[in-house]
Amino acid sequence: MRDSRRFVIQAIFIVVGAVYLIRLFYLQVIDDNYKARADDNAIRRVVVHPHRGQIHDRNGKLIVINEAVYDISVIPKKANITDTLEFCRVMAVSRQYFDSVMTQAAKYSKVKPSSFLKQISVADFGRIQDRLIDYPGFFYTTRIVRHYPHPTLANALGYIAEVSPKKLKNQNYYQQGDYVGINGLESFYEKHLRGQRGVRYVMVNVNGVEKGAFRGGKFDTTAVTGESLVSSIDLDLQLFADSLMQHKIGSIVAIEPATGEILAMVSAPSYDPNLLVGRTFGKNYTVLQKDPNLPMYNRPIQAVYRPGSIFKVIQSLVGLQEGVITPESQFGCVQVPMKCHEHPHGHNDLHNAVQWSCNPYFYNVYRRIIYSRPTGNNWRDAQVGLMTWHKHVKSFGFGTKLDVDIPNGQRGYVPDTAIYNKFYGKSRWQFSNFYSVSIGEGELNVVPIQMANLAATIANKGYYYTPHLVKSVSKGQPLPQYLQRHQTSIDSSYFKYIIDGMADAVRRGTVWSKARIDNIVVCGKTGTSQNKKGEKDHSVFVAFAPKDNPKIALAVYVENAGFGGFAAAPIATLVIEKYLKKKIVRRNLANFMIQRDYMPKSKAEAEAEKRREDSAAAIRKPLLKSKPLQPAKPRISPSKPIIVSNKTLLKNN
Amino acid sequence: MIQGQPHPGQELSTGRIDWITVALYAACVVAGWFNIFAAVYDPELQQSIFDFSINSGKQLIWIGSALVLIVLIMVVDFKFFEAFAYILYLIVLVALIGVMLLARDVNGAKAWFEIGSIRIQPSEFAKFITALTLAKYLSDTEIRFDDTKTQLICAAIITVPALLILKQNDTGSAMVFIAFILVLYREGLTPWILILGLAGAVILVLALVVPQLYLFIAIAAIAGLVFLNLRRKSLKNIAWVAGVALMVAVAVFGVDFFMNKVLQAHQRNRILVLIDPTIDQKQVGWQVLQSKIAIGSGGFAGKGFLNGTQTKFDFVPEQSTDFIFCTIGEEHGWLGGVAVIVMMIGLLYRLVQLAERQRDRFSRVYGYSVACILFVHIAINIGMTIGLVPVIGIPLPFFSYGGSSLWSFTILLWIFIKLDSHRGEVLRRI
Repeated sequence: MRDSRRFVIQAIFIVVGAVYLIRLFYLQVIDDNYKARADDNAIRRVVVHPHRGQIHDRNGKLIVINEAVYDISVIPKKANITDTLEFCRVMAVSRQYFDSVMTQAAKYSKVKPSSFLKQISVADFGRIQDRLIDYPGFFYTTRIVRHYPHPTLANALGYIAEVSPKKLKNQNYYQQGDYVGINGLESFYEKHLRGQRGVRYVMVNVNGVEKGAFRGGKFDTTAVTGESLVSSIDLDLQLFADSLMQHKIGSIVAIEPATGEILAMVSAPSYDPNLLVGRTFGKNYTVLQKDPNLPMYNRPIQAVYRPGSIFKVIQSLVGLQEGVITPESQFGCVQVPMKCHEHPHGHNDLHNAVQWSCNPYFYNVYRRIIYSRPTGNNWRDAQVGLMTWHKHVKSFGFGTKLDVDIPNGQRGYVPDTAIYNKFYGKSRWQFSNFYSVSIGEGELNVVPIQMANLAATIANKGYYYTPHLVKSVSKGQPLPQYLQRHQTSIDSSYFKYIIDGMADAVRRGTVWSKARIDNIVVCGKTGTSQNKKGEKDHSVFVAFAPKDNPKIALAVYVENAGFGGFAAAPIATLVIEKYLKKKIVRRNLANFMIQRDYMPKSKAEAEAEKRREDSAAAIRKPLLKSKPLQPAKPRISPSKPIIVSNKTLLKNN
Repeated sequence: MIQGQPHPGQELSTGRIDWITVALYAACVVAGWFNIFAAVYDPELQQSIFDFSINSGKQLIWIGSALVLIVLIMVVDFKFFEAFAYILYLIVLVALIGVMLLARDVNGAKAWFEIGSIRIQPSEFAKFITALTLAKYLSDTEIRFDDTKTQLICAAIITVPALLILKQNDTGSAMVFIAFILVLYREGLTPWILILGLAGAVILVLALVVPQLYLFIAIAAIAGLVFLNLRRKSLKNIAWVAGVALMVAVAVFGVDFFMNKVLQAHQRNRILVLIDPTIDQKQVGWQVLQSKIAIGSGGFAGKGFLNGTQTKFDFVPEQSTDFIFCTIGEEHGWLGGVAVIVMMIGLLYRLVQLAERQRDRFSRVYGYSVACILFVHIAINIGMTIGLVPVIGIPLPFFSYGGSSLWSFTILLWIFIKLDSHRGEVLRRI
């Protein structure tokens, strides 16, 4: 009996053991709910943001770089400061700041990190770094912000900002808080620049504090740095062109005709791209938005003007192509219906007319184009002629948006039959209704980049590559669409007559004599874009140089500066000189043009400008060593590259 | 009658030590040490297992001192334990009363004497001393177990220290004294005590799970069925059926009363959380859930040594002490659980074998006490980590971190190993 009791007791032991093993088998092997919950508990997915690609100019100089800034965080439980005053001195913060931040941090969590100081610049951080080890609980993290060594190209580059809630919808790449390119190259090349996000799996303890890589980083993927872009911009040329457009409203677009690469692109007035970086973004953005001179308006691709006299070269080319004129065709310079400038009339052929921009001549050319196939019915003939002309003009890239690699460009407008049918009724119009188009006025609308493209097309004698700002992404090539040659509908043999006329326009024609350059044959055409009543006309000049084997073609717009030969032409030839000779011989002219002020001055605007300068001066104030440390602010001073960071950042990338 | 003449000088010989038990003991202690390290290991700091600033390093000190205790036990005359049992019993009762008067309140329990940095917990020593005392009392040849007086004295020997410990608010340690019921059962206590205990447990669970009204209907129905099937519907039989049914019904009420009136709120929750794991998510519910997550996430073969995430990152409370089994379950999976449970049940099985081969009642009662005390610890400790038993804070023998518990289990077990090694030298007194 006693033996049976022994077995009862042993049986109890074994039964309990067996029940526990079955229960364990259920928990561990059958029910996999617990595995997922364990991962939820202890494994956190951390996104690693790659460095964004940098942007170089065509000579390898940096236009957009990444700069490190430092954030200092604190874990209140680990923080143990014996001498608070000394600590505040090291960190260069006030006692009040310290107290309020530490109270906030402790309130948020004793064991999780809270931000203590944000966006400390490399220079300021240098002073703090060595002392930081004396203060347990305080540690730093590095962040990357965009930095622009030169305050130029703001509108062409665009900026980066947190992705908007609207954009977050209908896509699955971006997450709340991600930075995304807005406008300009930052937006157009977003997919190249952004790189590829990495993911780290880290273990966290019950308080959410990181405890190292999960499984030694077995499941982690590294972040891939974004591709660097090589811009076609020549930074020296760009900065010089920027300086020429001081105190002026307008734009310069310079293109390499053989490739369509944009060498310089000025939108004036503009802003320092460093203003739209980091913490001051919001404040500066509002200021820029309210500026009456619209610094965020990208004039080279967005401003719409009438082409003015420059369009006469197109009329010539279409006339020649359609066979309605020959280079020898002469038209008397009668002042009806449009007047002409004073010019020698002796031998008014096509060359002479281009050289002197003879209005009546091109009135007649355009009339012949419109009535090139006379049937006796002027109404019907005008329709046929207009569409023939329309087709030729379109082949130059007018009236459609040029697919430049920055978004939000304008199309301009080339009139067709539809618009006049709308104005006057179907077939109720003829040449006399729209003859002002002959000299680039009337319903014509163009944007500056189309005019620069026109200069390049003439330089190429009949073809162009779509202008673009990036000559090399990833594999040393521009995007494929920029390798595609666009042929105009004009035979290349007709261009030489126009080019000769344009050369003489600069040598001895409509262009101001001071605008000429020794040893370089510049071919140019002045234009005066008519403006609203009471405001001065816009000064326009397109040109390319040298005449043989052209290297640069450009269009210059200076608003409210009057006749094209005076304001725009000297600026254009200075840009050409700078690009072809790499130096400026005509220093006096350069200084004169830099100083020249064409800003419209109303009372309200004068006040606005003063306010702007005041606020700019406030931002410009340098960081003093003795002053309390402030978060890194965008530097505004021109031509002061931050050399310290360039090398380190290159290494980081 | 004297059996097995001891040769002079053979007293200290190790030849009669049961090496199976010793090996199981050593395996448990070493496995425990590694798991304590795994529980406190911080992958960021990459500590060594010998780092004395963490629990694994400290446990090494406790293991070393336990070896000293083993040597002391082996050196002392085996008759010492029987001879001094009553004196030790008195000392421990005095200590248990003293600790209530003198000790500081730690986590709601007044259970520790503090001498410098060392904390001594008399209740740990009360376990083996009570076992010795009970064994000594029962070894008296005059004793007849079916005598009521004997039974009362046995009950007193067990319940006096148990009640004193309960008074210290150390419910877990007090519950360990239930182990002696199994010992007394082996020594002749009526099996009804086990059947009633089992019935009580079933009623407790049913009363908690099934609404009271349904239970009463069920009791009435069963009583009715039994009544109809009675072969002889004598008054005595009817009274029996009615009496049992009434007692069950009262027990159901009793459960309700016990749950709501006797137990404190946190104790009640510890029981209720077994039935509904979603309640009390801040305290006990959290503990049990995190414990099950840790073990459940281990899978069949575990995450590997030092690769656990739940225990070492503080999701499971008391990872290196009371919830050490979570680390085993998480890092070594079901296989690890099988190894530990088989090892421990094997030890218990072996201890019963050893107890049965003793020639005197003293050694046998003590051997059963050792097995049953260890069994209650193992059953409650592992049971609570897998959500089968209410959370009661008692350690897993040999595995849990802590000097007091390792010492007390070592003394408990090694006194029996010592007694067993001298079994040939005692008079058969049964």
